[in-house]
Amino acid sequence: MASTGTLYRGGVSMWSWVAHRITGVAVLFFLYVHVLDTALIRVSPDAYDTIIASYKTPLVNLMEVGLVGAVLFHALNGLRVMAVDFWERGPRLQKQMLWVIVGIWLLVMVPGTFYMMKHTIESLFGAA
Amino acid sequence: MSATPDLAMPNTRPTPRRRQGVNFEKNSWIFMRASGLILVILVLGHLFIMNILDGGVQRINFAFVAGRWSSPFWQFWDLTMLWLAMLHGTNGLRVIIGDYAKSGKTRFWLRGILYTASAATILLGTLVIFTFDPNLS
Repeated sequence: MASTGTLYRGGVSMWSWVAHRITGVAVLFFLYVHVLDTALIRVSPDAYDTIIASYKTPLVNLMEVGLVGAVLFHALNGLRVMAVDFWERGPRLQKQMLWVIVGIWLLVMVPGTFYMMKHTIESLFGAA
Repeated sequence: MSATPDLAMPNTRPTPRRRQGVNFEKNSWIFMRASGLILVILVLGHLFIMNILDGGVQRINFAFVAGRWSSPFWQFWDLTMLWLAMLHGTNGLRVIIGDYAKSGKTRFWLRGILYTASAATILLGTLVIFTFDPNLS
């Protein structure tokens, strides 16, 4: 790619910006739902336990892994954006920092997915 | 009078115009970074405790939440997280609407819906944290 001095035009850096927006919007929409389901705790213990039971089903459990992955990317990339904004070497190292956060993301998500889905895996395939 | 400027006279040209009052977009830019930094701790901590630690989501129920909210520490954590996350997300989507909605009318309505939904959600969440009753049956 030709060096144009532009940070986020084309290439993986632009896609990190796109992913930041998509994960941000997705997490906001989940927040609306999440405050509503938590509000059922003010209705009755049964109402709350019923809605939380749906969070424990295999399909929703898988979606939670997606949610945690989205939040974790958004958090790590947000720290990278701040490093680009405030750290003098940030703009020059922005691409290396992208690979660092992708590495951290994988390092957390692999064991994280296992622990998040441990119960689901055992209920579907039996305990190891 | 000649066209030559009188060097003894003060420069009377208007200085470059600067908007008076608070710079909302600049404050919003700062808020996104400040709140984001705090949310990294609050939200990742929340997700770790709720989804990974001690069996994760499988152990959550009314009694679990009642136990947590008996502590002012977690009440304050959740309240701060609610406000910062909602304002951070709402401001982010406000910017995105500004980028993609072409007409002023579309922008006005989309932002109106966004602000209404967010205000209602913040209000509801705050109310729930403050009025929670552990003895509710």
